[in-house]
Amino acid sequence: MQRDLARQFLYDMRLARRFEQAAAEQYAQGNIAGFLHLYPGEEAVAVGSLRAADVGDYVVSTYREHVHALVRGIPATEVMAELFGRSGGCSGGYGGSMHLFDRERRFLGGYAIVGETFPVAAGVAYWLRMNGSSDVALCYFGDGAVNQGTFHESLNMAALWKLPVLFICENNHYQIGTEIHRHSAVPEVYQRACAYGIDSKRVDGMDVMAVYEEARDALQHIRAGNGPYLLECETYRYRGHSMADAGAYRSALEVAELRARDPLDTFAEKARQSGWLSAAESDAIDEEVERVIAEAVRFAEQSPPPSELGRDVYVQPLDLYRGDA
Amino acid sequence: MKRSHNDHVGFIAPAVAAPEMQVWEALNLALDEAMAIDDAVFILGEDVGIYGGSYRVTQGLYARYGEWRVRDMPISEGSFTGLGVGAALVGGRPVVEIMTVNFALLALDAIINMAAKLRYMSGGQFRVPLVVRMPGGVAHQLAAQHSQRLEHTLMNVPGLRIVAPGTPQDSYWQLRQAIFHDDPVIVLEHELLYFDKGAFDHAAEAPPLHAAAVRRQGKDVTLIAWHRMVQVSLAAAEKLAGDGVEAEVIDLRSLRPIDLPALQASLARTHCAVVVEEDCRFAGAGAEIVAALTESSFFDLDAPVRRVAGADVPTPYNRELEQASIPDTDAVCNAVHALLGRPQGNS
Repeated sequence: MQRDLARQFLYDMRLARRFEQAAAEQYAQGNIAGFLHLYPGEEAVAVGSLRAADVGDYVVSTYREHVHALVRGIPATEVMAELFGRSGGCSGGYGGSMHLFDRERRFLGGYAIVGETFPVAAGVAYWLRMNGSSDVALCYFGDGAVNQGTFHESLNMAALWKLPVLFICENNHYQIGTEIHRHSAVPEVYQRACAYGIDSKRVDGMDVMAVYEEARDALQHIRAGNGPYLLECETYRYRGHSMADAGAYRSALEVAELRARDPLDTFAEKARQSGWLSAAESDAIDEEVERVIAEAVRFAEQSPPPSELGRDVYVQPLDLYRGDA
Repeated sequence: MKRSHNDHVGFIAPAVAAPEMQVWEALNLALDEAMAIDDAVFILGEDVGIYGGSYRVTQGLYARYGEWRVRDMPISEGSFTGLGVGAALVGGRPVVEIMTVNFALLALDAIINMAAKLRYMSGGQFRVPLVVRMPGGVAHQLAAQHSQRLEHTLMNVPGLRIVAPGTPQDSYWQLRQAIFHDDPVIVLEHELLYFDKGAFDHAAEAPPLHAAAVRRQGKDVTLIAWHRMVQVSLAAAEKLAGDGVEAEVIDLRSLRPIDLPALQASLARTHCAVVVEEDCRFAGAGAEIVAALTESSFFDLDAPVRRVAGADVPTPYNRELEQASIPDTDAVCNAVHALLGRPQGNS
C-alpha cells in the first residue's frame, strides 16, 4: 500500500463525508432546494472505483453523485455552487444536485431517472470501441435500478459487442424504502450478470482498498478487450433516500450495526496501524478538508445566480415560430 | 434508377443524373453520403444491417460501411436510443432508426428525458447531435398499435427539433441537414410515402431545415399540411379548382420550429385557412398552428381557421372504418366550402 494512495483515500472520503454534511446544513438553511440525495456510508465505493480509473475514462453517474464529481476532480466550490443553483456551479446552475456535469473531466452527468446510466454508458463505450480507444465507461447504478428494462437491455448489448463498460452497482440494499429482498427475486446483483455472460464479482463496499483493487483488476480486464464487467459493491447509506426521507422503514439497530463498519473509521484505523499515516498527517487532512468545505460554501454563497432562462436549449438560439435567429 | 456509390464524396454533382427518385432512395442517398464524408456518422436500428431496413432505407450500407457503423439492434428501443444519446455526447453522430413511431413510445425516456435536456441541464457543455428517424401514419390496416402519429407528443418538448419530409427532395435535404445538425432532430417519416416517386435535383441548394414550402399557389384559401396530407390537400385543391376555388397548399416540412411567416404571408393573400392533419384532432399539432395563426394573423382572417383532422379514436382495423378515421379529399373540400360559405368579414 502506497502512503500517497492511503492519504488520497482518506482525504477523498473525509471530504466526501464533510461535503455531504455541509450540504445537509445548507439545505436546512434554505440555500439548497429540490431533491438532495446524500452519500454518507457509501464513500468507499466512489473513492475506490474512481481512484482506480484513468483520466481518459468516462463517468456516468446517478442522482446521488456529489461524491463521484468531487473524486473525479470537480472542485468542491463548483459542486456546492451547483447545489445552490448558482452560475459558478459545474452545470451553471441549470442542473442542480442531480445533474452535475463536467465535460473536461469526462463527467457525463448525474441522471435522475433510475436506469438511465446503463444505455448512456453503453453508448459511450460503443463509440470508444468503434474508434479503437482503450478508455472505459464507468457506469454507476443502485440496487433499485437492476429491475429496470434498461439494465437487461444494456447488459445484453454491452456483452454482444464486448463494450468497454465497468458496471458498478452501489448496492445500499434499499430502493428508497423497499429492501432488496422485497424488490429483487435474485438479490445478489452480481449473479444477474451471468445471464448475459458478463464476468462479475461482489466486493465489500465498505472497504475502500477492496473496492479499489477489484475495480483496478476489472478495468484491466476490460482494457484487455474482454468486454464489460460488473462489480457489485455492498454498501449502506446512513441517511434516508433524500432529505425528505426519515428512514422509518429500517431499525436504528440496523443503522448502528452498519455504522460500526464505517468506511472512514475502518480505513483510518488500518492506516494508523500499518504506519501509512501519522496522527499529524491525519489531522492535517482534516484541516485541509475543513478549509475546502468552508471555501466551497463561501464560493457558492457569493456566486451570482444564472440569469438567462432560454440559454442552451439549442445550440443556436431558436425561435419556435421563425426558426434560427 | 441506378446510381453509383463510388464518387459521390462531396455534393458537387450526382454520379448519375436522376430526375426522379423514391423517398426511400433519397433517404438512403443522404445516409450514404453523410457516412462517406464523416466517420462519426453511424446507424443503429432493428434490421438496418443485413436485412437492409424495413423500408429499404439502409439498403447496401452494411456492406459498404461494416457492422460497427450499421448496427443491427436487439429489440430494445429504450436502450438503443439511449445508446445513441451516449455516443452523441462524446463525439458520435448516430442516426437511430426506430421501426415505427409506435415503438418509439418505448424510447421516450431517451428522447425526452435525455436527448432533449442534456445540453440545457449541463449548462451548455454538451451537444447531442442525434437523429432519430421513425415512420408513422395510417398505412394499410395495421390496426391501433401500428397506425399512430406522434407529432403532438414530441412537439411539446423543448430541446427537440422535428421535421416531417414528404417528398424525395425534402427527405434527402432534411435528413442530411439533420445528421450534420448539432441538436437532436426527430425525422418523422410516413409509412405510405417511402415508395412515392418525385422530382429530385441532387445539386439544388437546400432551404433552411424548418422552412415551409408552397406546393400550389392559390388566392382563395390556404391549406396547411405535412406528410401525406399534402397529397390529400393537393388533390382537394384540384377538385376545388373545378368549383372555382383556388386553394394554396403549404407543406409545413417542420413541426418544431414551424415557419409561421410563410403561413402569415399566405393568409395575408387568402384570408382564410384550413389545417389538414392526419393525427387525432384533440390537442394535436393543428391546435398549435391554429393558435399561432389566431394570435399573429387575427386581423387578416375572414373566418376562424379550421381543422380537418383524424378522428379521436384508436385506429380501427376494418378498412372502411380505418379510412373514415383520417381526412380524405372530400373532407378537405367540405371544410373549404363550409369556410367560404360563411358570411365574410366586415371589411
